[in-house]
Amino acid sequence: MAVTLDINGKPTAVQAAPETPLLWVLRDELGMTGTKFGCGMAQCGACTVHLDGQPIRSCVTPIEAVGSAKITTIEGLGGQHPVQQAWVRHDVPQCGYCQSGQIMSACALLAQKPKPSDEDIDNAMAGNICRCGAYQRIRAAIKDAADFGPPQGDKHADIDEAIVAASGATNRGAGR
Amino acid sequence: MNAPVNPKDLAQAQPSRRDVVVASALVGGTLLVGCSPADIMSAGSKVEVGAFGPFIKIAPDGAVTVISKHIEFGQGNHAGLAAIVAEELDADWSKVQVEQAPANAKLYANGTLGAQLTGGSSAISNSWDQLRKAGAGARAMFVQAAANRWNVAVGEITVKDSVLTHTSGKTAGFGELLADAAKVPPPADVRLKDPKTFTLIGTDRVRRKDAQIKSDGTARYTQDVRLPDMLTAVVAHGPRFGAKVKSLDATEAKKVPGVVDVFEIPTGVAVVAQTTYAARMGREALKLEWDEDKAEKRGSAAIAQLFKDVAAGKNTETKWDAFDQRGDATALASAKGDRVFETTYEFPYLAHATMEPMNCVAAVDGSKVKLTFGSQGQTLDQLAAAKIVGCLPGSVEIETLFAGGSFGRRANFQSDYVAECVHIAKKIGKGRPVKLVWTREDDMRAGYFRPLTIHAVKVQLDKDGYPAAWRHRIVSQSIMKGSPMGGKGPDQTAIEGTAGSPYLKATPIVDAQVALPDVGVPVLWWRSVGATHTAFAMEHTIDQLAAKAGKDPIEYRRALYTKAGADRHLAALNLAVEKASAPTVGWTRGVAVHESFGSVVAQVAEVKLEDGVPRVGRVVTAIDCGVAVSPDQIAAQMEGGTCYGLSAALFGEVTLTDGQVDQSNFDRYRVLRINEAPMVETNIVPSGNPPSGVGEPGTPVIGPAVANALFSLNKTATTRLPFVRSEA
Repeated sequence: MAVTLDINGKPTAVQAAPETPLLWVLRDELGMTGTKFGCGMAQCGACTVHLDGQPIRSCVTPIEAVGSAKITTIEGLGGQHPVQQAWVRHDVPQCGYCQSGQIMSACALLAQKPKPSDEDIDNAMAGNICRCGAYQRIRAAIKDAADFGPPQGDKHADIDEAIVAASGATNRGAGR
Repeated sequence: MNAPVNPKDLAQAQPSRRDVVVASALVGGTLLVGCSPADIMSAGSKVEVGAFGPFIKIAPDGAVTVISKHIEFGQGNHAGLAAIVAEELDADWSKVQVEQAPANAKLYANGTLGAQLTGGSSAISNSWDQLRKAGAGARAMFVQAAANRWNVAVGEITVKDSVLTHTSGKTAGFGELLADAAKVPPPADVRLKDPKTFTLIGTDRVRRKDAQIKSDGTARYTQDVRLPDMLTAVVAHGPRFGAKVKSLDATEAKKVPGVVDVFEIPTGVAVVAQTTYAARMGREALKLEWDEDKAEKRGSAAIAQLFKDVAAGKNTETKWDAFDQRGDATALASAKGDRVFETTYEFPYLAHATMEPMNCVAAVDGSKVKLTFGSQGQTLDQLAAAKIVGCLPGSVEIETLFAGGSFGRRANFQSDYVAECVHIAKKIGKGRPVKLVWTREDDMRAGYFRPLTIHAVKVQLDKDGYPAAWRHRIVSQSIMKGSPMGGKGPDQTAIEGTAGSPYLKATPIVDAQVALPDVGVPVLWWRSVGATHTAFAMEHTIDQLAAKAGKDPIEYRRALYTKAGADRHLAALNLAVEKASAPTVGWTRGVAVHESFGSVVAQVAEVKLEDGVPRVGRVVTAIDCGVAVSPDQIAAQMEGGTCYGLSAALFGEVTLTDGQVDQSNFDRYRVLRINEAPMVETNIVPSGNPPSGVGEPGTPVIGPAVANALFSLNKTATTRLPFVRSEA
């Protein structure tokens, strides 16, 4: 099946069976390897991307379910997103493998709750496993990024707008 | 990962005589006879060492690259290793980069383990002298080059941030002096800095060099390797350990679009395809029958019962090895009464469950092998690959990438998943790269678990309430048996932590023995290895003994440490207790202290029960790890190690039903999540000793600290882990 997906603001043509999980299209077809494979059943959050601003598990999202929704991946954050900067300031990553997913979940949280409480962080981030146990630094980095506020007039603005604009229930903490 | 190992055992260990014979036969003679293991492992390897030695490269702009012989999979060792070089070299830390060394045991062997292998929490400790000398040597070459150019005495030159300055005010950077410095003969003897003058080591300036690339998705893991013409493979494994393929019908699998080939390998059936998804779909279409005549068919409950029977002396065929015997303990066997304590602890199998499931990329062209993956034991992996393709181990090229965690799993004598990938790439041949991908289910069911272990403890107290006689029986599976690192005497990985315990040192009569029955479930070291159970058995026992004696558990420990001369234990305990100060209202405290990998960790954990489930809040930690090279990374390892240990203590349990692993993913193998994570405060005991381990020692202490808090809270001892058992 040939479909065109909106990935990080670019229309992207892909050739894959309709039931193929978005994760494998991103990684194998498009070579966008920042999004990670961890469990394949929405248990660990390593594959988290945004669909119209909502954090979703791409390992269980078939491309036929994506339609025209805007997909944002870790590559779409640009590398200097305030959340990414906070991650670096706190030396959050250890092995680093889960961090793309952690950061995507954190960005979605901050877009909806610019000053999250500990409970908000627990609720939003409990679906993302870190086996290295970087949890207390993840918590600190989210609070730090919140204190720095949203980015001003840069290339990330449209992504964050998309996140803020999104509404409805999320699957944060999915798989618990 | 592993225990400190006797270097002599290791020297004998790798490669085995048979491997040498195989290797020499391949080159058509006796060429290799008489060579050292490192020579053999390096033969055929091409590594160009630059002017500043195998650990330092300096670019024309003066930027310093430190070459790490150790893999980075979270421990933060790359930061510490680079800082050691930068300190002695007086390099500009902000421009220092880290590069992974190629596989070459002669240049890059772990000084503690004898092979190129990252483990035993030894990356910093075994590199300490080596990298200080490397940095100081390169510095001396630059100073000599500047002295020659300026025609001044070397004593009149100082170095700071990669810039050399003469007392006259003349300056030159590493870049300007590079060509001259490279021609200066490396000094035979170098003077190292007085640690009191360190300006980088021990400061919070030592930060990770990989935080950015691990926050923007560009860090490269095995899973991310994409090479021209690369294929992806998955393997269908048998349902039980030891199962063999009986019959294979690949007709339907081969019809799946994208599937390239299906064939048998020693560990199962490989499905090779254009993409990961196609390979997985192909595997689902296989029709397979398994021969399970020789498979392990016992469940974990039966294995646990066997081990308990062995511990209770009901199984007379078992061979026991004594590892600490002093005085006559015969009277203790039948001792009864108020002063006698007796209990049995049960610890389950544990999966490492790294975030990145096991995987490897291999290309085989005749006798040429290239591996691209997160190799933890390059020497072991070279040996495994060489055996399969029939070449010199040293000629197996390895590009070591980041790995998404290991916790011991990737250092494996069988190189299990690496061998699997090499078998597949050999069949594909022509140098075509093949990426072997294990799913989470493959990973969790592949074994190499922390062994199921039983401790049976009996202690008689003296009239003052301190241990007078201590009988200890450990029943576990051997990790080292049959391995090239086996060595003589009892398997240290099963007893470390009980063996060497200050509590046993403080006891006049001791009878400690270990039995290691054979079981068909593959086992392996798991972050902190023996300490994962010995720390619990010793530390939880101590609180129960203190209660029996009517003493405060902290004071009880202090008395025993004083008796045993365990000054470092005492100092770590005192620091943790002092920093913990007053308890938080509504929380109950538990204390535990344990030494592993040369470091002592003490923790004061605050615990409460929420709906019957232990919740851990503040954990005040003190560690004595010698000189603290990178304090922030030590803190990160205490935080992470505590989470890893707490995850296992709360939830970790692999069970088997009739030999089949019951868990396959994070739905049934529950792990710690952010809402369950403690807040760890790290305090470092000041020390002038050489650095000791950090990656593992933070893991084993939290379990007993929580058990001790619960014991204090409700007077119930914990005799079986995990605390929270699933419905399985």
